[in-house]
Amino acid sequence: MKEAIKVRELVKRYDSIEAVKKISFTVNEGEIFGLIGPNGAGKTTTLRILSTLLTITSGAVEVMGYDVGREPDEVRKIISYLPEDAGAYKNLTGKGYLQFIANFFNPRENKSMVEKGVAIAALGDRINDRIDTYSKGMKRRLLVGRALMTNPKVAILDEPTSGLDVSNAQEIRRIIREITKQGTTVLLSSHNMLEVEFLCDRIALINEGVIVEEGTPEELMKKHSAENIEEVFMRVVE
Amino acid sequence: MALIFGSLGNAFGGIESELQEKPVIGVINEDNGSFSNAAFSILAVNANVVFSSTNVTDKQKGLEKLFQEKGVALIVIPKNFTQSIVNGKPGNIEIYWIMRGAGIMDSISSSVVSSILSSINSNISQELIRNSTSINATTVLHPTLRNETTYFKSKELVGMSPERITSILSSQSTFIPIVMMMIIITAGGMVISSMALEKENKTLETLLTLPVKRTSIVAGKIVASALVGLILAAIYMIGLSFYMQSFQVSGETNLAAYGLTLTPQDFLLIGISLFVTLIAALSLCMLLGIFARNYKSAQTLTFPITMLALIPMFIIMFKDFDTLPFVLKVLVFAIPFSHPMMAPRALLFGEYPLVVAGIVYVSLFALITIIVAVRIFRTDRLITGAARKKLFFGRR
Repeated sequence: MKEAIKVRELVKRYDSIEAVKKISFTVNEGEIFGLIGPNGAGKTTTLRILSTLLTITSGAVEVMGYDVGREPDEVRKIISYLPEDAGAYKNLTGKGYLQFIANFFNPRENKSMVEKGVAIAALGDRINDRIDTYSKGMKRRLLVGRALMTNPKVAILDEPTSGLDVSNAQEIRRIIREITKQGTTVLLSSHNMLEVEFLCDRIALINEGVIVEEGTPEELMKKHSAENIEEVFMRVVE
Repeated sequence: MALIFGSLGNAFGGIESELQEKPVIGVINEDNGSFSNAAFSILAVNANVVFSSTNVTDKQKGLEKLFQEKGVALIVIPKNFTQSIVNGKPGNIEIYWIMRGAGIMDSISSSVVSSILSSINSNISQELIRNSTSINATTVLHPTLRNETTYFKSKELVGMSPERITSILSSQSTFIPIVMMMIIITAGGMVISSMALEKENKTLETLLTLPVKRTSIVAGKIVASALVGLILAAIYMIGLSFYMQSFQVSGETNLAAYGLTLTPQDFLLIGISLFVTLIAALSLCMLLGIFARNYKSAQTLTFPITMLALIPMFIIMFKDFDTLPFVLKVLVFAIPFSHPMMAPRALLFGEYPLVVAGIVYVSLFALITIIVAVRIFRTDRLITGAARKKLFFGRR
């Protein structure tokens, strides 16, 4: 299977703090790969590096064969990044925001992209209302719609269901599964172990900037004689 | 900022001590009558007379001497001065002013000479009253009449005094900086706020991961704000042309009669100067916007830009660029906002090299600032809030 993401001995240092310490992992095309770990483990830093937002201290990171350090413009054409704490332009309507984002992509696909975004967001008539009237959950659904409507080759989702209620979160998980069938590779981070267990084909447990375990949820549960990923996580971290 | 104000204080302090010195003048007294001799004595006591003659044919020689000695005026008392007053008609005094700058402080030396001439008028008047003369009261009160000619920046302005010229030009130099400030505050504020709002609304990360070059983001924000600035600039240009026309029809101060008019090409140069300055200002605002944490902090960041516009405004108001000490000249030239402020006055007097050099400098300044802003956009600075070593070497 072809590798969509290749991370080799990645180090990210903020002055004296080493946030990511020589981590390596690969994500195959069409796979849902989960990065899980406690707060400050280095998940968001890793995702931001893959999204071309942060520079690399050392190591190598490739997305679909493009080096994120040397070819960031090429990487941005094929990825879609959903930050954990993302916002949208409050003075726009939901649909206006999707149109604004779609304008950055292929104009021929503009209309279908917006339609797809509207469908994923599933906000009904409220899609035509201003974003500053949306609830937190509605805003998150809109942002997920924005992230997935562009048909990215790689979707990098930081806590995609954060702030969503159970039914909305379930719907988003279903959509994420759906887009991988269309060829999108998904790299996500989450605190929600059950979500990761349900959603991810493979996972990497990251703690204090180091990947401490990697494999399919089943493999890891078997290896640590655990009933779920939460138990695996607790055993590995402790 | 402290350094700038220190330099300003130093320069103006130096000017003050310079003003306490007697003004340098030249006198040609062709009359050799009692009143002209009295006038000469008053001039000799109150001014530093570096050229003296009794023949008007020496006028050119006198002017050359004064240009060399940084003199203020050549005063010519014609042959029939005393006789004219005795006959009941005011005696003419010809004054050839040498004006070096149009700042308020540049005209103080000429004001000193002007007050000496007023005291000559009073002295003669008192003398006439003391002698219980029978000549008419108007001549007794105003026994002298000034015929003034001012040499300023290769122009000969007949019938104009330095004070009058300074007053006209000063009224323009206060108008343009106000327009400049309006543009900076509105368009510049937009750029800084747009960056701050991207951070506050948490839309920046998404924007930076879209398939668009960092240069396009920076240029897009600058161009959008520049459009607002350009509309203001257009209003400014129309206003300025009406403003200048108002001088051309006002009898005594008809600048057009002296060849002091702005041609369409001049207006174009002012427009270009204003445009590149606007881009430079917006690029600076973009740089500052990177450091803005939120909308509130963005508002305070417009302050240094406003100050940068205020400093040249005050300097140019007090001293002409030509008469500034070298340090202040460098400072004024270095501040991009100075150039559109200086451009109209410089163009009136045909100083095209200064205006063109200003446009070239400000364009380079804007270009470098945009490059720096783009470089910062490529670092971690926007995301982490800390400058990184890769500012000029890293690539994103």
